[in-house]
Amino acid sequence: MTKTENYTLNFGPQHPAAHGVLRLVLELDGEVVERADPHIGLLHRGTEKLIENKTYIQALPYFDRLDYVSPMCQEHAYSLAIEKLLNVQVPLRGQYIRVLFSEITRILNHILNITTFALDVGAMTPFLWLFEEREVLMEFYERVSGSRLHSAYFRPGGVHRDLPEGLENDIKSFCLRFPKHIDDLEKLIEENRIFKQRSVGIGKISTNDALSWGFTGPCLRATGLNWDLRKNQPYDCYENLEFKIPTGSSGDCYERFLVRIEEMRQSLLIIEQCLDQIPKGDCISRDPRIVPPKRVDMKNSMESLINHFKLFTEGFHVPEGETYFSVEAPKGEFGVLLLSDGSNKPYRCKIRAPGFSLLQATQFLSKGHMLSDLVAIIGSLDIVFGEIDR
Amino acid sequence: MKYSNKRFIEDIADLIKSLLNFCEYEIIIERDEISLFIKKEDLISTLMFLRDNPSLSMESLIDITAIDYPGSEKRFLLVYNLLSVSKNFRIKVKTKTNEDNPVASVYEVYPCANWYEREVWDLFGIRFSGHPDLRRILTDYDFDGHPLRKDFPLTGFTQVRFDDELGRVINEPVKLDQEFRNFDNLSPWEGMSKYLPGDEKSNISNDKD
Repeated sequence: MTKTENYTLNFGPQHPAAHGVLRLVLELDGEVVERADPHIGLLHRGTEKLIENKTYIQALPYFDRLDYVSPMCQEHAYSLAIEKLLNVQVPLRGQYIRVLFSEITRILNHILNITTFALDVGAMTPFLWLFEEREVLMEFYERVSGSRLHSAYFRPGGVHRDLPEGLENDIKSFCLRFPKHIDDLEKLIEENRIFKQRSVGIGKISTNDALSWGFTGPCLRATGLNWDLRKNQPYDCYENLEFKIPTGSSGDCYERFLVRIEEMRQSLLIIEQCLDQIPKGDCISRDPRIVPPKRVDMKNSMESLINHFKLFTEGFHVPEGETYFSVEAPKGEFGVLLLSDGSNKPYRCKIRAPGFSLLQATQFLSKGHMLSDLVAIIGSLDIVFGEIDR
Repeated sequence: MKYSNKRFIEDIADLIKSLLNFCEYEIIIERDEISLFIKKEDLISTLMFLRDNPSLSMESLIDITAIDYPGSEKRFLLVYNLLSVSKNFRIKVKTKTNEDNPVASVYEVYPCANWYEREVWDLFGIRFSGHPDLRRILTDYDFDGHPLRKDFPLTGFTQVRFDDELGRVINEPVKLDQEFRNFDNLSPWEGMSKYLPGDEKSNISNDKD
């Protein structure tokens, strides 16, 4: 009888299917994965340490750079945490703009994930079709904040600027146009034989396992649990909006994909409602302690100039205390544990990234699957290394 | 809205008070968030209780983190952030520890604690006893020190670069071309006091004029 030995394979860190800088040490029995050990940290930038050394406003742009495909949702969590500590109210218009852009961000993120997942399992076309629309969404980003990716648009107290003229109409016409693209995508791959063979029954997880592995977001909902922070622990104006939470049943790669497709449709509904309901008024709180004065005022008033200068050098002081605030980011629960010692810099800012727990379960999900299925599993978990490595 | 309702949070706190009877603890409610302070010896039994008790059923461990207070005897405050999906509330379980004595790993209770504990070990240098695989996770393979401790400088101690002569990446002490500038913008000035230097004459009466 011949003796066989397991084969150890190094996957990544530079591999197109690793979605960034993931290094996987795999132990293979033939082509079957026996052990998958992810080595992460290749993109570690010490964000939490840097935030401790910056004022509250200076720390905000770091949140764009965590999960760089859904920047605004992370700014949202950070701004909400500061607002909770400061006890500041956001004007209703500001809340609507934030929710509007959170949902645009969700579509932005899901387009990237769905299409690259399809690319991983062999379908090139969705990537080409949908990235054109993704660029349109990035233009919306650019028009409100001046940059396509690292927007720094949500601020403690509201949003940096009001919507520019004509943007609402353009978003409306996007909402009318985009469902057809989702339909096309579904037609192309939802019933596709190859796509289904690569994803149905792969990387299955039950609800209980998913909870104990710290799953959140679409990956948890694909197991059949109806849990969404936008509904269960609503923040900003999500309570005023009507939308459904799509859930799956078996929690495999295919259902994670289906849940994301449906979430894009629901996001479109939320965007449309926001555009219909959005009231007139301020988009950011008028509290001069945390919100800088308007440019026009600074030209005429010495006090405004001093206020502006102090806010951007010293920053504002946050009263002592601790809070944990989490939002439903496109990948799952994104939370910020913010501890203030009463000074102008956070004493500790812990970032809870959803991808960290999702990637951790790779070993659990991939054991016994083929090497090529591992690629599908990683693709379906929606992993971005900016947030995992921080 | 049930989740952030004050009454609801207080009910949960009362429920824990009535059920948790095997260890010393303290419950603090701050900004409608429950913090449960326990001794670190009771950590595993408390988490098991919180997870398995049907009226609490905290199925998910969202996060583990630590906060460094250098100078105090037990310098680290460990925070275990738990979530109950079925009952829709959160609890932060907190315990104090120092750098020498390990804390029991909760890997058996919540499997996701595996990486969370590796991260805390990596960034703070808190050891976890009974952890199956306590390697560094976020920092480099041969990294020295624990970066999120308050006494670790922001610039670090070493920098890496590729050495052309040796043909490999080397570690060397940090060399800054410009000194690290930490601007102190804290205002020492808290508005005007009654006394103004040079304004002594203000108290002299104006009768003579």
